[in-house]
Amino acid sequence: MKISEAFQNKPLLIVYICAGDPTPDATPDLVRRLVKAGADIIELGLPHSDPIADGPTIQAAAQRAIAAGMNTDVYFDVAAQADVNVPKIFMGYYNMVYARGPDRFALDCAKSGIRGMIVPDLPPEEAGPLHDACRRYGVDLIFLASPNTPPERLHMIENETSGFLYLVARTGVTGAKSDVLQSTRDLISRVSGDVPKAVGFGISTPEQAADVIRAGADAAIVGSVCVDLIARGEIERLEELVREMKAAIVGAKGKAPIVC
Amino acid sequence: MKCDTANAAAVKFGKYGGLFVPETLVQPIMELAQAYERLRSSDDFKDELAGLLRNFAGRKTPLYHARNLSRELGCKTYLKREDLVHGGAHKLNNTLGQALVAKRMGKTRLIAETGAGQHGVATAIVGANLGFETQVYMGEVDIERQKMNVYRMELMGAEVIPVRSGSRTLKDAINEAMRDWAASFEHTHYLLGTAAGAHPYPTMVRDFQSVIGLEAREQILEAEGCLPDSIVACVGGGSNAMGIFAPFLTDDVRLLAVEAGGRGPGKTDRTADNGASLGYGSNGILHGALTKILQDPYGQILESYSVAAGLDYPGVGPELAYLAETGRVQPKMADDRTAIRGFRALSKLEGIIPALESAHAVGYALSEPRALGEMAIINISGRGDKDLATVMDYENL
Ligand SMILES: Cc1ncc(COP(=O)(O)O)c(C=O)c1O
Repeated sequence: MKISEAFQNKPLLIVYICAGDPTPDATPDLVRRLVKAGADIIELGLPHSDPIADGPTIQAAAQRAIAAGMNTDVYFDVAAQADVNVPKIFMGYYNMVYARGPDRFALDCAKSGIRGMIVPDLPPEEAGPLHDACRRYGVDLIFLASPNTPPERLHMIENETSGFLYLVARTGVTGAKSDVLQSTRDLISRVSGDVPKAVGFGISTPEQAADVIRAGADAAIVGSVCVDLIARGEIERLEELVREMKAAIVGAKGKAPIVC
Repeated sequence: MKCDTANAAAVKFGKYGGLFVPETLVQPIMELAQAYERLRSSDDFKDELAGLLRNFAGRKTPLYHARNLSRELGCKTYLKREDLVHGGAHKLNNTLGQALVAKRMGKTRLIAETGAGQHGVATAIVGANLGFETQVYMGEVDIERQKMNVYRMELMGAEVIPVRSGSRTLKDAINEAMRDWAASFEHTHYLLGTAAGAHPYPTMVRDFQSVIGLEAREQILEAEGCLPDSIVACVGGGSNAMGIFAPFLTDDVRLLAVEAGGRGPGKTDRTADNGASLGYGSNGILHGALTKILQDPYGQILESYSVAAGLDYPGVGPELAYLAETGRVQPKMADDRTAIRGFRALSKLEGIIPALESAHAVGYALSEPRALGEMAIINISGRGDKDLATVMDYENL
C-alpha cells in the first residue's frame, strides 16, 4: 500500500521502532504484531552510531541493535521479511544513506517494500541527490517541520515533502513527554496546504495522540514509548498501548479541539 | 532578531561542508550565520574583540626563532607561540569571538563540547569573564583522563556535564551539545570549539583563529623580509591549522597539516587506531557537514584514537577536506611515538613544553625535515602542562 492510500483512512497511527532491537530476528514479528494491534504505518529506524536528533531511549535502542549485528544489509532483509499490508517507512540518518549511495539506498527501499524515507538530519536544501533517487524509484521523501520553522520556510518544506509532512511536536530531541504544547497546535494550524500532517516527538499516551488529532493532525507518530516497552520486554503491554492509541485517535476524529 | 529564509543556503568548500542538521536547528543556525555576517564587518565588534585579544588573551603572541630546533632540523624554524595565549592554547581566540557574537545576539547561556578540556576551559574563561551561564559537555572517558581541566572549568564557574552516550568521548560530547541546543537555542549559544560542523561554524571559527596567521605573516615579513617555505600545524578538527593557514592560502607556501597517526592505520568494527580523517577517512556526514570521516562501510562512525585527546576526533573541518582534495594543503601524519619524540625534543631543545597536540607538528618536522624547505613556521597551538601525566604514563608502558 502506498502512503497516500493509507491516508485515505485517516486518522492514522504511525509507530516507530528501531530495527534490530533487541535482535534483527525479532523485528519482522514485532512489526506484524504492531500492525495487528492497529498501527497504520510502521517507521523502521536504521540504528546509527551518532543519532543527534534522538533522546536517550532511542540512542540506547540503536546501541543495542548495532551490538546485535544490525547494519544496512541486514536492515533491508529484515524490512523485506516484515511483510505487512501497511506502508513501511525508513527512518535514519543521512550518513547511512550517503555511505550506500542515495540511488542504491532508494532502490533497496523500493525492493524491500519501504514506501517512504524520513532522514531527520537532511533538510530539503541538502536533499537533491536523494530526492532524485526517491522520485526514480517511487519512494516518498518525507521532510520535517518544527515549531520554530518560520512561515516562508514552512511553505517551502510543504512543497518539497511527499507522502506526508512530519511535524515535530516540540523542539529538542525524541523522547516521551506527558503534554501537548500550544506551539504544536500552532504549528499544525500554520500548515496551509492539503498535504497530510503527522505529528511526532514526545507523544506517549493515548490522550496526547487524540489531542494532536483533535488539533487537526492526520496522524500521530509514537516512538520512544514503544521502544521503551520493547527494551523492557513488555510486548503485550506494547500491543495494548497501540490498541488504546488507535482507539483514542479514531475516537478523536472530527472532534473539535478541547483546548485551543 | 528573526529571519525567515525559505532557503537556508550554506557556505560550501567545493562539495564539502553544508547544513546537515535537524530542522529544529536550521533556524538557530541561520540566525547565527546572519548575526555573524553582520558583526564581522562591524568596527565596533572588531574593536571590542581586538581589545580583549590584546588585554585579556595576551596577544599578539611571539613568532620565536627556535635556534636549537633549527639546527636539529637543518631548517630555519620559527614557532608561533599560541601556547602563550591565556588558558594555554589557541582555543581562546575562538571562544572570545563567539562569546561576543552570542552576547550581541542576546544569549545568556553558553554550551560547549570538550575532549581534552582545552576548549572547555577556554569557554569557561569567557563565560566567567563576559557573564554567561556556562555548561560544558564532556565524555565520561575524557573526564577521567583530564581531571585537572575539569577542575579548572569548575573553578571558573562552569558546570561540566558528563556524557555517557556512545563512545563517551569528544564526538558524543558534540552530539549531546547539539541535542541540548535543539531545545535551548532561544537563550543559548552553542560555542563549537573547532573549524568543523555545520555552516557557519567552519567559516566563523576559521576567521576567529585567522589572527594566528595574520600575525605570523606580519612577523615573518618583518623578521625575514619574505615568506617561509612551509607552515606546519597539527589537525584535530582543524581550527589552529586553518587559523594559521588561511592568510597564506594564495601564497607560494607549503601548508602541512599533521593528523594523529595514533597507533597506526589499523581499525576494528567500531574503532580506528588513529585520528587521521584526511589520511585514512572517506567522505561522509558528521556533525552537520560533509567532510572526511572515519567510518565503517555502512556509515557508522568509528571511535578514533590518539595519545593527544585534542586530536582524538573521527572527523575534520570541511575546508581542510576541500583544501586537501585540491592539493593546496598536504595532509601528513605523526603517530603517538613521533608526537612524544616532538614533545621531548622541544622541551629539551628550547625549554618549551608543547601540548601533545602541537607535539604532533614538531614530531612530524623532526621525522621529515626535508619537507620543510629552508624556512618554516610551526604552530605551537598549546602548552603541555595538561599532558604531563599522560606522557609519564606513556613512557612507563
Ligand atoms: C593545544 C591544542 N591544539 C590543537 C587542538 C586540536 O584542535 P584544532 O584542530 O581545532 O586546532 C586542540 C584541541 O583540543 C588543542 O587543545
